[in-house]
Amino acid sequence: MFEAFKAKAEGAGCQVVRFATRAEALDFILQFMRDEGVADAPGTYAVWADSPLLKGIDTKVLEAKVPGLKFTVTRQLAKDAKIGVTQMEWGIANTGTLAQDSSAVEQRLASALTWVHIALVGTDNLVPDLPALMTKMHPSKNGYIALITGPSRTADIERVLAIGVHGPERLVIVCVDELGRMNP
Amino acid sequence: MKKGFTQSIHNALGNQNLGGILDRWNYPVTRAKAYEGIDFEALRTQIAEIKGSAAGHLNELAEQFKKAAEARGAKVFRANSPQAVKDYILELCLEKGVKKVVKSKSMASEEIHLNKDLAKHGIQADETDLGEWIVQLAHQTPSHMVMPALHLTKEEVSDLFSKETQQPLSNDIQELVKVARKALRGKYFAADLGITGANIAIAETGTLVIVTNEGNARMVTTLPKIHVAIVGLEKLVANYVDAAPILTALPKSATSQLITSYVSMITGPVQNDDGTMKDLHIILMDNKRTEMAKDPEFKEALQCIRCASCLNVCPVYRLVGGHVFGHIYTGGIGTILTAWFNELKTTEDIQGLCIGCGKCKEICPGKIDIPGLILQLRRRLATKQGLPFIQKTALQIINNRRVFHAMLRAASLGQIPFAKEGFIRHLPMFLSNLSEFRSLPTIAPAPFRDLFKKIRQPKCKTKVAFFSGCAIEFVFPKIGVALVKVLNKAGIEVLFPEGQSCCGIPHWGSGAFDMAALAAAHNLKPLMAEDVKYVVVACATCATALKKEWPHILKAEGMENLVPVAEKLASKTVMFTELVDKLIAEKRLTLKDGQKLQSVTYHDSCHAKRHVGIFKEPRAALAGAGFEVKEMIECDTCCGMGGSYTVKQPELSMSMLKRKLDNVEQTGAEFLCAECPGCLIQIGGGLDKRGSKMKAKHPAELMVDRFKDNPDQD
Ligand code: SF4
Ligand code: SF4
Repeated sequence: MFEAFKAKAEGAGCQVVRFATRAEALDFILQFMRDEGVADAPGTYAVWADSPLLKGIDTKVLEAKVPGLKFTVTRQLAKDAKIGVTQMEWGIANTGTLAQDSSAVEQRLASALTWVHIALVGTDNLVPDLPALMTKMHPSKNGYIALITGPSRTADIERVLAIGVHGPERLVIVCVDELGRMNP
Repeated sequence: MKKGFTQSIHNALGNQNLGGILDRWNYPVTRAKAYEGIDFEALRTQIAEIKGSAAGHLNELAEQFKKAAEARGAKVFRANSPQAVKDYILELCLEKGVKKVVKSKSMASEEIHLNKDLAKHGIQADETDLGEWIVQLAHQTPSHMVMPALHLTKEEVSDLFSKETQQPLSNDIQELVKVARKALRGKYFAADLGITGANIAIAETGTLVIVTNEGNARMVTTLPKIHVAIVGLEKLVANYVDAAPILTALPKSATSQLITSYVSMITGPVQNDDGTMKDLHIILMDNKRTEMAKDPEFKEALQCIRCASCLNVCPVYRLVGGHVFGHIYTGGIGTILTAWFNELKTTEDIQGLCIGCGKCKEICPGKIDIPGLILQLRRRLATKQGLPFIQKTALQIINNRRVFHAMLRAASLGQIPFAKEGFIRHLPMFLSNLSEFRSLPTIAPAPFRDLFKKIRQPKCKTKVAFFSGCAIEFVFPKIGVALVKVLNKAGIEVLFPEGQSCCGIPHWGSGAFDMAALAAAHNLKPLMAEDVKYVVVACATCATALKKEWPHILKAEGMENLVPVAEKLASKTVMFTELVDKLIAEKRLTLKDGQKLQSVTYHDSCHAKRHVGIFKEPRAALAGAGFEVKEMIECDTCCGMGGSYTVKQPELSMSMLKRKLDNVEQTGAEFLCAECPGCLIQIGGGLDKRGSKMKAKHPAELMVDRFKDNPDQD
């Protein structure tokens, strides 16, 4: 399932990485932020919306490790951030889609306003298709379900593809094996 | 047709931008790829059922939706008229002190011209979908339902953006998109209220489903504290799971994507970024939709999921775009929706643009018979207003074979000068005063019925009746003669029932269903009089009538008593190549020895391919008759003939022809073959005018000397 998911997500223009443990994923993300030039100035922040990946981790320590990384996601900070990290509940294999419970506003801000969206998902939490997802996520429980596939795109001018029109220009999917088992 | 309208067609034809963009996109191929591994027929049947059943319960579903959404904290307002929608929004704006609005794409708001009203009250509404924003800056309306600014070039967009952002800009599309991103970012943050539409509204849960690629709907529903969704009632479906097939088809049909970048499913208010809850208002807009749902014919149009694939494949849309062909809602489906949401009369001109080729119907994920419904519109308009006198007289004359032939012949020899100006222009297919791209066909000195009597046929056990249709009878009697000769070789004797006349499709196409029904009734008796194995037609248009439409037309016009006979006739009717293919398989026709292999390219007439599904048989029959079939690009795209279309929409017809001729000639085949005299007049005339070496031939003509004599004639 992971391979199918990865192929479709890459086909939609995502970068997909996979790690066995939370610690490895965390290292990757922090390094990614440094490589992307995250710094403590408007335009170069990174915002991280709450995620099970952070469970038991002192975010203060992380903030100290990467200046410019913020764990409080406000409208202004998200606007001035380059990178946003959010949690995803499920992945859909046959389209390379991520499904998020976006009811919490910081999940929406961090994934919609930033240039680069890092999406975390448990490798075990992949379903084959949309009907399968619908058995997992239901409007009666989730007030705002967001399905995200690849970066923001448009072809409104002469049908030429352009990436990153209102939302992120890049979508990096971080699959974490350990995370799957922690998910509801 | 109004003068201004003819002029706008002319202008649109001069602008090749939109057509060029659609061509480069190569939609049919990319669409097919997106649907790989999916049973499209099953999927669209499912969608048609879901939407069809919802259309049958609009009121109940609207109430159910209201209850469910209100239980979750949304405010739901049911509005009957466009004015009621606008009043509600204006009042809300007044109450909350709203000055700035951001909108994500909403056809419903376009339908009611909302922005204009808001502006009148000092409220600025900015579109955020890139295409919509461009169109807004240009003070235009969308030319395509999914890609609103498809008609504008990057140069034009650059000019618009330069003016708006007051800076010089290049024509680089990537750069232009970034300029829009920056300009619109500010607007999201400043807006007090966000307006969206919805692609689906789920009654069971009170959920709005919004599909975008750009991510603007996510901004519009997140950043402003108030969210208003304007939802046409046709967006309702009963259950959560009903959304799945629609979401599966919509992106594939709309943009050849597996799924769009974003799908948002919103149920009730969610948190704003200052900790308050969203003020969520959902307006369920009727504006004639329940009335439409009650109409047994037009209820089907509510199955539309607004994918706009019907525009992408439409040969007419490709040429003239959505500003000519449509009004807010564009193309064939746009014609239908406009007739309801506005008024039947307002669509009088655009109704005439559809050539009835059926391309859209073939790929519509809502399984809507778009050309069929456009015909219904014409029918209603014709019933309401009556056809123009001249057109009516012309259509009546067709039914009298002798008079008809005499007139046509005289007219073609230039003996009735007034004729060209008068009713001749309204006759199907034969004559028009346009010859820039196409030579005119000559009316044969003697009609087929006279030639037929002179053919000496062997007496055979198997007998078939031949229905010639007007074009073979008057323009191409030699096709009829060839047909008789080929069938004789198989030991089949051909009868020609004298009482036959026009098949009625020209009347039907003009909306005169009553006259079409009379034509059908008039033909049934002579055709059923003899005990024959088959009724053979060699014209795809007539085939549509005999094989398919007569029973429906008779039923629609209250002649139910004739329906069983018409159905019996339909089951007996075969197209010429369909029969030849069979006879070859049965070895009743075998290739003569020493035949030279010749090459031919086959044009699928719209009627043959999409109305009666005959496209494999002619190829097989031609191959069996010793021809190599060289396929052309877009072999089943309309040649622009379309019965009287070529006369009523000459410029459009000629533009379609030009494209067809290019494709035909590219194959380098020796012959162009089509089993439709109308297409042969159009394409053959075009080839002739170009001075092409290629000849246009009917299959019967190509096959006339190809087969051995059949030994078992008695
Ligand atoms: S009529 Fe059919 S093809 Fe056209 S937009 Fe509607 S669903 Fe799509
Ligand atoms: S039938 Fe042909 S001409 Fe008419 S709307 Fe459909 S595609 Fe266009």
